[in-house]
Amino acid sequence: MNNNWLEIKNLEAIPLSEIPRLDINSFREQLVKKIKSGERLVQLFGNKDNDDVVLYGITANDDNSKLYLASCIFDNKKEYESLTQDVPAAHLFEREFYEQFDIKPLNHPWLKPLRKINAELYNFFKMEGEDVHEVGVGPIHAGIIEPGHFRFSCHGEKIYHLEIQLGFQHRGIEKLFRKNNPVYLLKLAESVSGDSVIAHASTFVRAVESLSNCNVSYNANLIRAIALELERIAVHLGDLSALSNDVAYLTGSSVFGALRTKVINTTMSLCGNRFGRGLINYGGVNYEIDDALKSKILNTINSLEEEVNLASEVLFSSASVLERFEKTGIVDKETAIQIGMVGPAARASGVSIDVRADHPSGAYQYFPVHKLTLNSGDVFARAYIRYVEIIQSIKIIREQLENLSKENIISSLGSLEPNKFVISLTEGWRGEVSYVILTDETGKIKKVKIKDPSFNNWFALALAVRGNDISDFPLCNKSFNLSYCGFDL
Amino acid sequence: MMNLIKLRKQHGFQTINDIKNALILDTHRGFPLLDESKCELNCSECKEICPTEAIELNPLSLDLGKCIFCGECEKICKGNGIRFTSNYKIAATSRNNLIVSSQQSYEEYELKAIEIKEKIYKLFGRSLKLRQVSAGGCNGCEMELAATTNVNFDITRFGIDFVASPRHADGIVITGPITKNMASALLDAYKSIGEPKIVIAFGACAISGGIFYESDELDRSFIENHKVDLYIPGCPPHPLTFINALLKYLNI
Repeated sequence: MNNNWLEIKNLEAIPLSEIPRLDINSFREQLVKKIKSGERLVQLFGNKDNDDVVLYGITANDDNSKLYLASCIFDNKKEYESLTQDVPAAHLFEREFYEQFDIKPLNHPWLKPLRKINAELYNFFKMEGEDVHEVGVGPIHAGIIEPGHFRFSCHGEKIYHLEIQLGFQHRGIEKLFRKNNPVYLLKLAESVSGDSVIAHASTFVRAVESLSNCNVSYNANLIRAIALELERIAVHLGDLSALSNDVAYLTGSSVFGALRTKVINTTMSLCGNRFGRGLINYGGVNYEIDDALKSKILNTINSLEEEVNLASEVLFSSASVLERFEKTGIVDKETAIQIGMVGPAARASGVSIDVRADHPSGAYQYFPVHKLTLNSGDVFARAYIRYVEIIQSIKIIREQLENLSKENIISSLGSLEPNKFVISLTEGWRGEVSYVILTDETGKIKKVKIKDPSFNNWFALALAVRGNDISDFPLCNKSFNLSYCGFDL
Repeated sequence: MMNLIKLRKQHGFQTINDIKNALILDTHRGFPLLDESKCELNCSECKEICPTEAIELNPLSLDLGKCIFCGECEKICKGNGIRFTSNYKIAATSRNNLIVSSQQSYEEYELKAIEIKEKIYKLFGRSLKLRQVSAGGCNGCEMELAATTNVNFDITRFGIDFVASPRHADGIVITGPITKNMASALLDAYKSIGEPKIVIAFGACAISGGIFYESDELDRSFIENHKVDLYIPGCPPHPLTFINALLKYLNI
């Protein structure tokens, strides 16, 4: 294809000067062409470069592990023709860009604030007609969960549309990343989304490592991957517990909940925290897995495999559970691709993407992962894919435990290279976590752009509930289990 | 059906019976022991490395309300002056009690940290319903609070439970550093709870802003303007820390 985009790879640090700078029209035209030819939009974000606003775009070709990068500059221009008209996946990215830099994407179908909570600015979608009613929920929800405002447009029990207003958790994280204290930055990355500590921390440190040409040992890479898979297993088990609870299958709720405790306690025996805080460090990991711990983890995952198989067999053969799971909250494959879904939710809709296999880094380079997909795109698929992924993760952990070596677990980190750009991708349990880091002329971090997989998937939830009963909403919601704080940043 | 019975049998009984004396893994980072006499002359590395400015020098102290229990200070201290123990009963009823000084033993800390008031037991001792408000956290605290009601910890057996509406609640549990965007919703929830009510700050973020203490997107006026009855330190606090704090506070 004739275009000027720079071809890069996951974790490949490149000089800022090499990034193609296009004018907005060719940037737009080429991006649209790339997406139409089957590439996927990974990042689209703005940054203030001196006095000018620069928009960076990154797309991925998941078949050949390539990423493509280009930028365009807005000197005094305050508007441009929105990409979303042709690339629905750009919808939220453009809203974010507009909110942060006040550059308007013209003809954007739904231009509204993303994280600014202001009722006047926020025109909710309205549906009119006899017997039509609205149900507003939040920001504080009924359970022990994060805040967000959900507004349903209903006719009787049936949901016609759900509008999700987030931003309540907005803590200004990206701004805090300018602080010049490496320990602080690492702990901040751990706190972007507390259920994806390992995913976020390792994505961040990998980007930093690649900017300083630091080589992480084989052993440390394995420990990181083991922790990442433990994180995936733990959350998937928690989700199966919550899904069971939502269809009043209480045995499932208890059993999967108790199994989750086992897994997070294993993480705690590794690093002293049930969510893996404190494990990841620049250049490797802080804690090693000795023989005693290795056999402890092996024992846990061996018995876990048996228990999960039995519990899932009961869950997925229960008529009353299947009655609620099947054909509820469907997102079809075409929609999933169009809106840029990622992670297990996308795979449950038949989209075969998984960063571990498509853009492998760390231990996944030595131990290739097979992509698992299902086709029905309903709650059942999103629940069942969690089960098969748990079993897959157990196998991955087992394989990697066997291969642990006595190598050191931490290598020293040099100074960061000046004027560089790097993108780091990791498949967290929720999907693709990506961090972009830009350094200034002294090698200091000048910009960190974070994207949690929730950013891609929240809109999928809004589409999934259309045509469903309002009583099925909690079930649909739980089947995605999206992060509010990861979105709000 | 047979599988269901098999599953039920395999699940067995999972609840921690004696929760007041429940054991925790040694790796858990709980109460820190400080010893200033081991400090090297003019070394201030622990203070410099601390991501939340929880450490003060001359005299050496560590603020559990700010600490995120990352253990970086312990790692960098050459003289072993800071050592995290696995002791998890670290909650306190006053903000000052959370500041651990040099040579302070865990027993000393625990003895005075939670002040028991007879009135509290009379009011809430047999039934305490709480409304949780997540105000800008990372959801780690939310997950640990949710875990307190699971089959392992089963906090509801003590009459303590989380309810959906503040109107049904006797108190509020705040998690997160309180963002500007959540400040008014938090206040609404608080006002909707009938008197008398208690306020619990759960986790470093709620107590001090935690890792986000310097963010300009926060509005912590709620904490400044209201009395917090119980502080639960941690990042996130362990469910056992929360349950034992409440049991002691309620004098159960």
